[in-house]
Amino acid sequence: MQLYLPIADIPVNVLLILAMGAAVGFVSGMFGIGGGFLMTPLLIFVGIAPAVSVASVASHIAASSFSGALSYWRRRAIDPALATVLLTGGVVGTALGVWVFTLLRNLGQLDLTISLSYVILLTAVGGLMFWEGLRALLRMRRGDPVSLRRSGSHSWVHGLPLKMRFKRSKIYLSVIPVIAVGLLIGFIGAVMGIGGSFILIPILIYWLRIPTSTVIGTSMVLTLVTMVIATLLHAVTNHLVDAVLALILMVGGVTGAQFGARAGQKIRGEHLRLLLGLLILAVGVRFAVELVIRPEDLFTIRETGGAAP
Amino acid sequence: MTRALLIIVALGLGAVAPARAEQLIVSVSNHRVTVTPNYAGEELVLFGAVEKDDKTPPARNNYNLVVTVNGPRADLMTRRKERRFGIWINTDSRQFLQVPSYLSVFSNRPIDAIAPADVQRRQQLGINNVLLTQRVGTDYADVVATDPFRSAFVRLRKEHGLYREETSAVTFLTPTLFRTSIPLPAEVPIGTYDVEIKLFADGALISKAETAFDIVKVGFEQFVANAARNHGFIYGLLTAAMALMSGWAASIVFRRD
Repeated sequence: MQLYLPIADIPVNVLLILAMGAAVGFVSGMFGIGGGFLMTPLLIFVGIAPAVSVASVASHIAASSFSGALSYWRRRAIDPALATVLLTGGVVGTALGVWVFTLLRNLGQLDLTISLSYVILLTAVGGLMFWEGLRALLRMRRGDPVSLRRSGSHSWVHGLPLKMRFKRSKIYLSVIPVIAVGLLIGFIGAVMGIGGSFILIPILIYWLRIPTSTVIGTSMVLTLVTMVIATLLHAVTNHLVDAVLALILMVGGVTGAQFGARAGQKIRGEHLRLLLGLLILAVGVRFAVELVIRPEDLFTIRETGGAAP
Repeated sequence: MTRALLIIVALGLGAVAPARAEQLIVSVSNHRVTVTPNYAGEELVLFGAVEKDDKTPPARNNYNLVVTVNGPRADLMTRRKERRFGIWINTDSRQFLQVPSYLSVFSNRPIDAIAPADVQRRQQLGINNVLLTQRVGTDYADVVATDPFRSAFVRLRKEHGLYREETSAVTFLTPTLFRTSIPLPAEVPIGTYDVEIKLFADGALISKAETAFDIVKVGFEQFVANAARNHGFIYGLLTAAMALMSGWAASIVFRRD
């Protein structure tokens, strides 16, 4: 079933896009992440321009993180104060990201930047996650107790000024690193077309020592707001958001996520982290290979204006 | 005296009958191609006839035709990747200025067999002779057909079905009645397409005709594309609202608690 995408300007198979949305939704529901880092590369692979993919996936992530955030809100697993502070940085970061995105697009280096950042970020995060999961698994085999929060070991982060009490997370923390994290996630999210929760969650847990109970819900709020802003800014500055494409992705994504969440509950946490690490690593390596091997065609063409009717 | 009379007669003849003895009558099967949700490419048919009059040399039947279809013009950037620091990145680039986004050339025999090289160039016959202006630094020029950027540009456009050259696509049904099909790929650009039909005999241009057709987005596609371009902010707001709506709907539909 072919459908013509009005902004991407190509016909696509609706069932294919729907299936892709559902598959990524399944993965995202299973691991509690947005899945943008899988969706954007898949769209590029199908032939949709990288810029359109990044811009359209933003709205897709907004949809899936909103449905997630709502259910976390009902379970009171969101820290509003923490979310607000994260957002202060997130909003600025997103705006900065869209600005850099536009700049790179004009310079003709956008595709390279997207690929490079995927390689660096995904191999690093995926590798770390995989390693952590492997170690946790080995520890479990030996029968050692697993502790996510090592008590007493305060890093320099906890010595920073401007401390604030985050009631629901039961934590007393400086706002500086929180804003910085929000800024970083907002920035890379807008440039790479990802929600960034797969980076945000480890940072919040391991670096800022925020309890796991509020981390996922709160990071979903950040993802939601930054992706809504990214959608708006991409629509205003680059006119690249394909609403039809986004809608198909959303329908597939939110449906797949429900089944993924159910499947995720049946798998042990350590296995889940190991699997997610492997998945992220695989996507990163795929991008790396593409950069290093000689491209099939050394030339590319892009329209720079003048065809408007 | 006789000389002056001859000139007057010649002038009079010139006014009554043009120097060309043949006239081309052409038509395309559809002057308005609409891009609908299930649009996946289309094929138009161009029909035409060569109309002779009493000035036509009676034995002339060896007609040759070249049909050139020019899509809407656009600036297209062509970039070349090179290996730097072990990875492949865009280094060199050329901008093609106001070149046809779609270009196809159809003829009934190889262009070289229709007209000599100088006529080919003057009449821009075949993709190799169509003017493709490049910006090289601060200069504006077309280059030789073997230029790496020009040939890569043409090759890439051909791969997408946007440029094509078929030297046996025009068929003469009778010695004066001809047809050719114009294939339009799925990713065809929107706009006005000019069709130029040139008639040759014995290596010389003897007549030409022009026609055109439009490719337009209609209905929903048109609406969405216009909204995105002209009302970016409202469009973005609506897309974001749509995202929130579908997220909310999903959380209601699949609510488990």
